[in-house]
Amino acid sequence: MNIHAIKAIYLFELARTWRTLMQSIASPVLSTSLYFIVFGSAIGSRMVEIDGISYGAFIIPGLIMLSLLTESISNASFGIYMPKFTGTIYEILSAPISALEIVIGFVGAAATKSIILGLIILATARLFVDFSILHPFWMLGFLVLTSVTFSLFGFIIGIWADGFEKLQIIPMMIVTPLTFLGGSFYSIHMLPPLWQTITLFNPVVYLISGFRWSFYGVADVNVGISLAMILLFMLLCLFMIWLIFKTGYKVKT
Amino acid sequence: MQAIISVNKLTKTYPSGLRALNNINLDIRRGEIFALLGPNGAGKTTLISIICGIVNPGEGQVLVDGHDIVKDYRSARAKIGLVPQELSISMFESVWATVKFSRGLFGKSPDDAWLEKILKDLSLWDKKDSRIMALSGGMKRRVLIAKALAHQPQILFLDEPTAGVDVELRRDMWDMIRNLRNSGVTIILTTHYIEEAEEMADRIGVINKGEIILVEEKTTLMQKLGKKQLTLQLQQPLPQIPVELNHYQLELSNDGNQLIYTFDSQEDADIAGLLRHLGNLGIEFKDLQTSQSSLEDIFVNLVGGHA
Repeated sequence: MNIHAIKAIYLFELARTWRTLMQSIASPVLSTSLYFIVFGSAIGSRMVEIDGISYGAFIIPGLIMLSLLTESISNASFGIYMPKFTGTIYEILSAPISALEIVIGFVGAAATKSIILGLIILATARLFVDFSILHPFWMLGFLVLTSVTFSLFGFIIGIWADGFEKLQIIPMMIVTPLTFLGGSFYSIHMLPPLWQTITLFNPVVYLISGFRWSFYGVADVNVGISLAMILLFMLLCLFMIWLIFKTGYKVKT
Repeated sequence: MQAIISVNKLTKTYPSGLRALNNINLDIRRGEIFALLGPNGAGKTTLISIICGIVNPGEGQVLVDGHDIVKDYRSARAKIGLVPQELSISMFESVWATVKFSRGLFGKSPDDAWLEKILKDLSLWDKKDSRIMALSGGMKRRVLIAKALAHQPQILFLDEPTAGVDVELRRDMWDMIRNLRNSGVTIILTTHYIEEAEEMADRIGVINKGEIILVEEKTTLMQKLGKKQLTLQLQQPLPQIPVELNHYQLELSNDGNQLIYTFDSQEDADIAGLLRHLGNLGIEFKDLQTSQSSLEDIFVNLVGGHA
């Protein structure tokens, strides 16, 4: 294992975060805080409780998940896309480093950023809304698993993208709508039966549900299924990355 | 001499169907400066990219110091440094951060003293904290060289190292490349500047349409394929070349004032005989000069012959 190489990529990518602190951390924290202010403090006080949880507290796991998903994808896709775009990927490809080590470096850095961001948003939420965490270790587990899995997914998008538009299209056009419709702001039990069934095809439902369970012990779907869905998606991403490096798809010709 | 890079029957066909390399056999000797010449699209960059791991190889085998570039890629790549043709570099990084990154990427533990030496050798030390975007084009190219040397490679590939570089800096780079060779590094360079190959290379390889058409010692190549010309400025213009001189390969300039004798540089030319004949025929000359074909002329002839 080329530990020095993994460390070099990891630190290089993290350094990019500190260079772009406003864009990487401050901007998502600010936008999520606005949600807490509007839906948590302002409107939330006039909303009825859901599953015995105040509305402001109910939306916290979903909002953190929204940031985790979009930022994990964005960080990882940008991280691998930029060397492709600027041509500096030649150095990574010519280095004595395996595909696994490249992935650990890039995805590890992207996931680290997301985890830090998730924890900052969690701390920020506490300023606006009163909440407690019933299963803190599970909460951390979901946070880490989701960050890693969606960083892997972002890595795939970064390899696939051949322009900045493609880089943005999946987080904006697919992930954000799925998160909004995945129970971030409501329990899926509040939907009519037909829409409840349709919603179960939305993979983000399982992520939000599992994460919310770790906070309040209530979930739309069984927590075991949530965990299994995350792990399944992670395995799928790992398989796709393995295929990318095996075939050289959009990396080597 | 022992080969540090051995390319055997290497063939590369791109998914588009383009055959970029066709049955390439090439040995690079340890410690030499090898210049790979060829027109655009000849396969130079593909060959380098395969050896360095950037492009997947097709059929055939490449060994780097005995290590297969596919099966034993870690050992093979650790010995190679690559300076690409394009200025591909992270513009927002500092010089120091980027060379440090390169060393780590190649699996080497930190060695600030070595990095300091490289930057000083490349006159970049006072710029170590500068962002790369603030450097001139020539400096950026030197940063690329520093990055390639950061992990102390035994082999250095320079793909068009002086493209877009001014004359003075080009001379500096040539000196630097010679110094590297003197320190034991094997250098392989591709270039469009034939003058560069002529100035520096020990051996020359010519690639055209994906095939190596010639590998030769530079001096031997110039002797074998180079031509010399003797130009005589005549006292009186000649209307035509006298028949007595027909067995010499002579040309007469349009105005009849110059007689040009062309001969292969490797063979003994009969200059004395020609001058004697001219004397006997009463043809006098007021000046003479000789010229030798450059590597560029040789290259154009070679590639033209295989077109």
